[in-house]
Amino acid sequence: MYVAVKGGEAAIANAHRLLADRRRGDRSVPALRLDQIVEQLALGVDRVMSEGSLYDRELAALAVVQARGDMIEAIFLVRAYRTTLPRFGYTNPVDTGAMQVERRVSATYKDLPGGQVLGPTFDYTHRLLDPELAAGAEVETPAQRPVEPEAMPRVSAILAHEGLIEADGEMPLDHVPGDITREPLQFPMARDIRLQALSRGDEGFLLALGYSTQRGYARNHPFVGEIRIGEVELELDVPELPFAVPLGSIRVTECQMVNQFKGSAKAPPQFTRGYGLVFGQSERKAMAMALCDRALRASELGEDVVAAAQDEEFVISHSDNVQATGFVEHLKLPHYVDFQAELGLVRRMRAEYEARENEDKAEDKREAAE
Amino acid sequence: MTAQPTEIATYNFAYLDEQTKRMIRRAILKGIAIPGYQVPFASREMPMPYGWGTGGVQVTASIIGPDDVLKVIDQGADDTTNAVSIRAFFKKVAKVAVTTETANATIIQTRHRIPEHPLNAGQVLVFQVPIPEPLRFLEPRETETRKMHALEEYGLMHVKLYEDIAKHGRIATTYAYPVKVEGRYVMDPSPTPKFDNPKMHRSPALQLFGAGREKRIYAVPPFTDVVSLDFEDHPFEVQTFDHPCALCGAENVYLDEVILDDHGGHMFVCSDTDHCEKRRAGGHHGHLAPETHLASEKTEPAK
Amino acid sequence: MDIATQSIDGGFAEPVFNAQAVFRAIMDAMARPGTVQPLPQLARPPAPLSATAGAVALALCDNDTPVWLDPPLQAEAPVKAWLGFHTGAPLANTPADAHFALIANPKEMAALDGFAQGTQEYPDRSTTLILLVDDLASGPSLLLEGPGIEKTSMIAPPGMPRHFVEQWKQNNQRFPRGVDIILAAPGSLACLPRTTRIKTMEA
Repeated sequence: MYVAVKGGEAAIANAHRLLADRRRGDRSVPALRLDQIVEQLALGVDRVMSEGSLYDRELAALAVVQARGDMIEAIFLVRAYRTTLPRFGYTNPVDTGAMQVERRVSATYKDLPGGQVLGPTFDYTHRLLDPELAAGAEVETPAQRPVEPEAMPRVSAILAHEGLIEADGEMPLDHVPGDITREPLQFPMARDIRLQALSRGDEGFLLALGYSTQRGYARNHPFVGEIRIGEVELELDVPELPFAVPLGSIRVTECQMVNQFKGSAKAPPQFTRGYGLVFGQSERKAMAMALCDRALRASELGEDVVAAAQDEEFVISHSDNVQATGFVEHLKLPHYVDFQAELGLVRRMRAEYEARENEDKAEDKREAAE
Repeated sequence: MTAQPTEIATYNFAYLDEQTKRMIRRAILKGIAIPGYQVPFASREMPMPYGWGTGGVQVTASIIGPDDVLKVIDQGADDTTNAVSIRAFFKKVAKVAVTTETANATIIQTRHRIPEHPLNAGQVLVFQVPIPEPLRFLEPRETETRKMHALEEYGLMHVKLYEDIAKHGRIATTYAYPVKVEGRYVMDPSPTPKFDNPKMHRSPALQLFGAGREKRIYAVPPFTDVVSLDFEDHPFEVQTFDHPCALCGAENVYLDEVILDDHGGHMFVCSDTDHCEKRRAGGHHGHLAPETHLASEKTEPAK
Repeated sequence: MDIATQSIDGGFAEPVFNAQAVFRAIMDAMARPGTVQPLPQLARPPAPLSATAGAVALALCDNDTPVWLDPPLQAEAPVKAWLGFHTGAPLANTPADAHFALIANPKEMAALDGFAQGTQEYPDRSTTLILLVDDLASGPSLLLEGPGIEKTSMIAPPGMPRHFVEQWKQNNQRFPRGVDIILAAPGSLACLPRTTRIKTMEA
């Protein structure tokens, strides 16, 4: 006698209850508050905002704690919330040239207007675990520079003065920027669409691809023209009003890679650009994005497409970690109907194979006996 | 102490916002008008992972109304965890009536099976599709496969099936077996076993297919020709089982293999749990059926 | 009533559920060509846009879908204002740019092949025509067959475009490209997807 297993609903409810328990952990340890996560795990929050494509620190913090610190799970939570939000409009393009800069470094010039500003960086920290931090030591207040009146032009603009770098993104005048969250992807895609996909792409995936270009898989001689991190203003045009409505500011990281280009039949030798822009503070992501962007421009610039990082359909189809994790993890769902279909076939083929083998053996025996 | 939930999201009926539903609805209509053609749509992130039925869920969420009765199956069963989870999702966000009875449902969302009970005109079968492109494993590039469909250039698929015959003596595809719809588009029926392919042919029900991660919707209208690809000397054939269902004695149904012990003991039972229960309630018995049959929950009304 | 008031009135009373009900009627009609789907009056657009056609527009159109209006609708500022307010849909400059076309006077309408037909790669990028008809029974009978139809089905909309049967045959021949039609009658609708073949037409 056999009784089929039932009770999926109760099992799921109990699993979720246990998950909530494990998430909370030892009840004698104070529960994390969202403001603690926002303040003290800020870069994790930034990554969730960036790859979740939703600029909201508090929601990102909630996602991080709800996901027990699993970043892709947190990104997924934010995306699934974002997707239900009605769209009011599109802001005007942000002007990163007018950024309130907290960090700005250029690898191409020793000094430049606005100067090199290290800002809050891990660079040049010695990666030694800090027992004082573990003990909860007080932290010094930061040193403040006087308000910087000097403008900080973008390095790309400086190069452009000499005419040595290609113009910044030339799109036809009537080109309406796409929106990957509203329209199905189509290959080949325009650069604006590609940059959107890269900006929410998985940091690890883009990092590995960017790295591969440096190791010779589509090498394109990059220099960091500039990385800048800071606040930019957002403005929205409202048809009824004669001026753009300020909405506040967001923190972004921008990376402009400057790449060598020998020129082609159409274009003189000049530098070309790879561009990265992400929410929050994430240099690694912005740099990897810029490397990938440049690599993906291979066809546009008449370069041979020889490496994975240059292959638009490959890169963009696999850069979204919410999609990737879903499909990889779906393999744990029941597949026993399909498996049964395969099992039946393999059993049948196996039986036929063995029947043939036995026949051959019998044949051999007969031959030996004769 | 229970914490008060903070002011956060309120979700629309059936989760999706109205603009998204409109976009999906337009894609569904195009799919119906061009049977078997994969309509690109701007698939949304759903609150369940990609690959777990987000395409089917988006389709269901876009068509469902307060008067619908929803059935959700996975592997033919109403009680597999993911089916339970998706059913619970719609109970929560759309407050619709749910059922396990095929005949009572107006919308049936499925993964990997078509119910054994014949479907009626007026019913909608929504398939969850992982890889909608039947040519994908032969040609990974969308740019290329789109051309092939445009030119009705399906030679590659026949070559693949023929290589199977050359190598294995038969077509070695057992599920997601490609079909041709209304003599034009080659279509992936989703990873249903080929056993179910004949049920798609001229079905009175509307069949909708949603692939969330791959962002495609396609459809087979009722009474539409759905023909499994084959060769004259190797005609299409479905799986057969050597035994009837051990619980209800049904023959000519798709069976799951259940392992009973670690000495090779196994039994075969209906994959369609509703079909099996209905038969047992009707007095049919397989050789391993329990003495008395306890009916499980059937239909829950809308809230 | 001035245009501003007229344009604000007459939308769906219950946007979520009304849109779903209208869509299901269209979906069923598209899946079963020739069947007549009843539809209660859910929208009150300004004339000459009809309640049914208005409801179809509210259910399917938004700022992502350019809509083309035939001259009688084009001439009515209140119609444009109403559609603009309730759907946000931009007006298409030419029939070939339209995702949807609203046709108040099918008899005089432009040729079917002047609308977007889609491409061989993307046959879905075609115009869906919403034709306002007086009813679905008093015109010449159209005997239909094709996907969605078990054997044959029949509708008889009056006032259809000139040479409609011939035009429709050409539309069939363009498959998978082609246009689809929603016939909006008072209190009901029916559909002719591009796969539907018209067998005969009686006088």
